[in-house]
Amino acid sequence: MPEPQPAAQFAHLPQQHEVAQLGIWTFLATEVLFFGALLLSYAVYRSADPAAFAEAARHTKIAIGTINTAILLTSSFLVAWAVAVVKTGGSRFAAFLLWSAAALGLSFIGLKGVEYAMEYGEHLLPGFGFRYDGPASQSVALFFSFYIVATVIHAIHVAVGIAVFAVIGRRAYQHAYSGSYHSPVIVFGLYWHFVDIVWIFLFALIYLPGRSG
Amino acid sequence: MTPVIRPPAVLVFSWLAALVLLSITVIAAYLPLGAGNTIVALLIAFTKAAIVAAVFMELRRQNGFIITFATAGFFWLAILFWLAFTDYSTRANFPPTINWGL
Amino acid sequence: MSGDKNYITVNNSIRSWLFTTDHKRVAILYFASITLFFFIGGAAAALMRLELVSPAGHFFTSDEYNRLFTMHGVIMVWFFLIPSIPNTLGNFIVPLMIGARDLAFPRLNLTSWYLFMAGGATTLYALFKGGIDTGWTFYTPFSTMYSNSYVAIAVAGVFIVGFSSILTGLNFIVTIHRLRAPGLTWYRLPLFLWSLYATSAILVLATPVLAMTLLLIALDRVFGIGIFDPARGGDPLLFQHLFWFYSHPAVYIMILPGMGVVSELIACYSRKEVFGYSFVAWSAIAIACIGFFVWGHHMFVSGQSPFAGLVFSFMSFAVAVPSAIKVFNWTATMHKGWVHFDAPMLYALGFIGLFTFGGLSGLFLACLAYDVYVTDTYFVIAHFHYIMVGGMVTAYFGGLHYWWPKITGRMYPEYWARAAAILIFFGFNMTFLPQFILGVLGMPRRYHVYPPEFEIWHVLSSAGASILVVAYALPLFYLGWSIFFGERSSANPWQTTGLEWQTSSPPPPHNFAATPTVTRKPYDFNVNGEPRAQNA
Repeated sequence: MPEPQPAAQFAHLPQQHEVAQLGIWTFLATEVLFFGALLLSYAVYRSADPAAFAEAARHTKIAIGTINTAILLTSSFLVAWAVAVVKTGGSRFAAFLLWSAAALGLSFIGLKGVEYAMEYGEHLLPGFGFRYDGPASQSVALFFSFYIVATVIHAIHVAVGIAVFAVIGRRAYQHAYSGSYHSPVIVFGLYWHFVDIVWIFLFALIYLPGRSG
Repeated sequence: MTPVIRPPAVLVFSWLAALVLLSITVIAAYLPLGAGNTIVALLIAFTKAAIVAAVFMELRRQNGFIITFATAGFFWLAILFWLAFTDYSTRANFPPTINWGL
Repeated sequence: MSGDKNYITVNNSIRSWLFTTDHKRVAILYFASITLFFFIGGAAAALMRLELVSPAGHFFTSDEYNRLFTMHGVIMVWFFLIPSIPNTLGNFIVPLMIGARDLAFPRLNLTSWYLFMAGGATTLYALFKGGIDTGWTFYTPFSTMYSNSYVAIAVAGVFIVGFSSILTGLNFIVTIHRLRAPGLTWYRLPLFLWSLYATSAILVLATPVLAMTLLLIALDRVFGIGIFDPARGGDPLLFQHLFWFYSHPAVYIMILPGMGVVSELIACYSRKEVFGYSFVAWSAIAIACIGFFVWGHHMFVSGQSPFAGLVFSFMSFAVAVPSAIKVFNWTATMHKGWVHFDAPMLYALGFIGLFTFGGLSGLFLACLAYDVYVTDTYFVIAHFHYIMVGGMVTAYFGGLHYWWPKITGRMYPEYWARAAAILIFFGFNMTFLPQFILGVLGMPRRYHVYPPEFEIWHVLSSAGASILVVAYALPLFYLGWSIFFGERSSANPWQTTGLEWQTSSPPPPHNFAATPTVTRKPYDFNVNGEPRAQNA
């Protein structure tokens, strides 16, 4: 495969990579604020009635949540490994790593689906037949509103990442990347790690409160 | 160049450390620590995130310019939280109640 | 030279325009779009002013009037003011000003325009299906629970256009950091770029919060989640905190590019470098930063705690300081300069006067106690129209005229342009000065029926609006005329500094034959007012 050329507005390939890198970090900053607005809602309503939020959190499926967190951490590891490999010219092996990370992402979404089905059956999802007996009902509804909005939006981000890795995995398999050009692997890797970080915080806020009650 | 397939040791250790922290945080959630539960959970979350950011996202190898971009979002989020909570922490009637008859 | 193609003539097909990645063509696409939206939003305003001529409701019911002012606000804010200078003049000029061949992400730039059009189409669909009656501020729980209008569709449109904004800001930030020509250090950047950089930072950091907030409204509408419903433990003020966290910095998104344009105009038409360059540069950054700390001044009477009100009031006074610094520096630039009263300069001078006046009225509003008295009255309306229309739109027209020869290769007719500028100034003041008085007298905003003693001020205001209709239509005609029949322009018709004037008018597709190397500071005029180009 011939050496890739930088696009017209760049002087040389390293400049194109620097620009791509700065672009993705700027984009990730926007994502911090996007999810952050939701986190503020959570923080405000939790501060209004912490005990009720804890009670609500006890109804989440901590086993699934923990497995999902482990899945995403592992997929991040695979992606970081893929970056290290592609830097030494192992484009084809990197493809397998990226596809494995995508597969883990798919299983994450699958488990979320199972979880949503369970919660739907327990009438815990606001807007989908929510029913809760007890004085904490309002706070539980607010908690699960936050839960469903946050995890669905997160899952959409995971899905986008899976699609992206399917594509760049294929390019890597075709030896499009080398030691001197592997910018997309790094850039989309950063995106994936960020999605992992968001989940790390969501896990702590959704699944862990109230367990010691 | 000959491709190196073996994962760098630092990546493996970071991954394992994150999994260990995950186990700790789950166990800690079941311990009766009162307000400490939230603090521990968030501290561990921050640590896991820091490992992902520093090692997987390679921030430990970046210059201050990139690190500024990486952290700017969190800084501005902190502004949102801080100023919103100047309201919520000092409001007399929160959460708001509805007086149907006066 | 005449055989060389410029960016317009290089390819005439529609495909080449709709699939372009040339930042100059994307800018033209945006020009067309925002002009359309300006006239739609302006039509809504005209109908409102027509209604307000008489104290009783004549042409519209209250419900229809609600939909009119909402349409006016939504379109003007998101589909005209926010994209105006950044996406038209910014897209066109930024790469030229830094000596680059294009922005950092040309395809993202085109995507941004398509998102803008998709969002615009969605919102227009909601508006013409019957509209929304919530005001552009979508306050809950009215918007989420009680409004009988197309809220979800309208907020979906704004949500989409928000991503257009975010991509633009991202593009500018990365471009200004990484694509500057050799020798173009930060302190050699024209001030237009400092302002656009500050604007882009706000675009990138504030808009995502709006996106999430609008998503929550839509979910509340569609699924009845109740996140802002007090009967279900929700807090309507949470919506307002989230909304204004974006919407206050948004007003700085609107005004900062205008300030950047004014810096360029004042320097060029005073034949002098900007006084206190670094102060003007950093004040743009300061406005962007401090602008994030003041949003609660929109909520002084909403029920937030008095302590929070105190903090926001204090911060709101602070944010006026960097704006004032700019005004003082522009004035000092003109002092002992060789001032030319070309049309762009008339607009710049109009900006300084009207923006200062509007900004001072903002200090009244920042004062917590006084705000309690005038909040939700016409005082607020007059304040922000002085800034947005008297300031921002004026600056937009100034920049448009200034860079018109560069963009189109033609000169506009100067005397018509000066006449329009002066007519705009008088029409504007006649429209909005009475509104300050109305506000102090107690006329509430968003009302179309009012006590008869207010009538004289409304009549004056509507009369001024009728002048503005003519004044804003004038440029449409003579600028349109100039595209076909205007005198052809040289590369540097204003004989000013700046890299964009070192290439032909209009520029070739790749901007520069060779990447320029910058060796001089910006606005380098000698004592005779002659320019020394930055790459000379």
